[in-house]
Amino acid sequence: MIPIEHLRNSLGTTPLLWLVLTLAAYTAGNALQRACGGTTFASPVLIAITIVAAILVGTRTDYRDYFAATQFINFLLGPATVALAIPLARSTRLVRENLAGVGLALLAGSVTSTISGIGLVWLFGGSRTVALSMAPKAATTPIAAAVSSQIGGIPALTAALAIVGGIMAAVVGRTMLTRLNVDDWRAHGLAAGVAGSGIAAAQVAERNELGAAFAALGIGLNGVLVGIVVPLMVHLWK
Amino acid sequence: MIPAFLVLLGCELSGNALRQMLGLPIPGPVIGMAILAAGLAIRKAGPSPRSSISGSLELTAEALIRHMGLLFVPAGVGLIAEIDVLRSEWLPIAAGLIGSTLLSLAVTGLVMHWSIRRRAARLSPDTVQGLERG
Repeated sequence: MIPIEHLRNSLGTTPLLWLVLTLAAYTAGNALQRACGGTTFASPVLIAITIVAAILVGTRTDYRDYFAATQFINFLLGPATVALAIPLARSTRLVRENLAGVGLALLAGSVTSTISGIGLVWLFGGSRTVALSMAPKAATTPIAAAVSSQIGGIPALTAALAIVGGIMAAVVGRTMLTRLNVDDWRAHGLAAGVAGSGIAAAQVAERNELGAAFAALGIGLNGVLVGIVVPLMVHLWK
Repeated sequence: MIPAFLVLLGCELSGNALRQMLGLPIPGPVIGMAILAAGLAIRKAGPSPRSSISGSLELTAEALIRHMGLLFVPAGVGLIAEIDVLRSEWLPIAAGLIGSTLLSLAVTGLVMHWSIRRRAARLSPDTVQGLERG
């Protein structure tokens, strides 16, 4: 006979506490961003990570205990990544109409990001692990982190780089491309999606619908491309 | 929501299985995403455009994507375990992040812009001349 307590709940009080704290920190991040007028600088993810990290350091909690307690949240990244197929499938018409341009720009931008990321880290004396963590960072965060752990990078570092890179692309993207005389929303959208994934794409989506569609396209296709190209490139570079 | 999770987790499982069987270096969820995207594209081309599963799938996918930020928090907090790397390699990390993000933005935008204009020029030379003057 199984004792009745075992049927009640598999999660103890401490794991539940970390789950609740994580949700609370994220909610606080969202509230703070709204209070700041929705600015990209106040990323709810960065705020939540900072709050939780400060609590862990303050209470001297081992990160492994925290991660074990919040596994359920992390587990959802898998289905969330698969779910990106839905906006991607919605934009098949756009791909067909702009096939050559989208293909070329995507390939050029994605390869530039990977090679310049690895190259600059190496140039400034960084380690191989950091270079490998940098390589997939332009992909949307769950894909970037998955690729990173696959090729021997640090997934947490890659996730943080993807988020901060996305904020940077959102802040400077429009100004920079306008200075370069790029005046087409399709180009702005695709560049935001490829270089800055979700965070930069959201910035474009607020301003223009065509730009939003191309940004979604950039995120989806770049995710697939990084998922395939970066592991293969690293496989050859040993 | 349950049929939607069945589809999403089923695709992830297939992706993981394919990855292991063929020894692919690509993450399982990315293969799962490609499988689902291909399936959706085929379905859309077929005769039955809508069903309750695709409606539920769209709602669940939208909710997961909208709150994706939350899902990064447990992995992102892992940075505190890597504080030594950040401290000792802050310069290559900052240079690589800033440099590669800006370069990739510029290259993607410029190539796309160039190809749109080239296509427009092929279709009707007058429009592009008008754009250039304006």
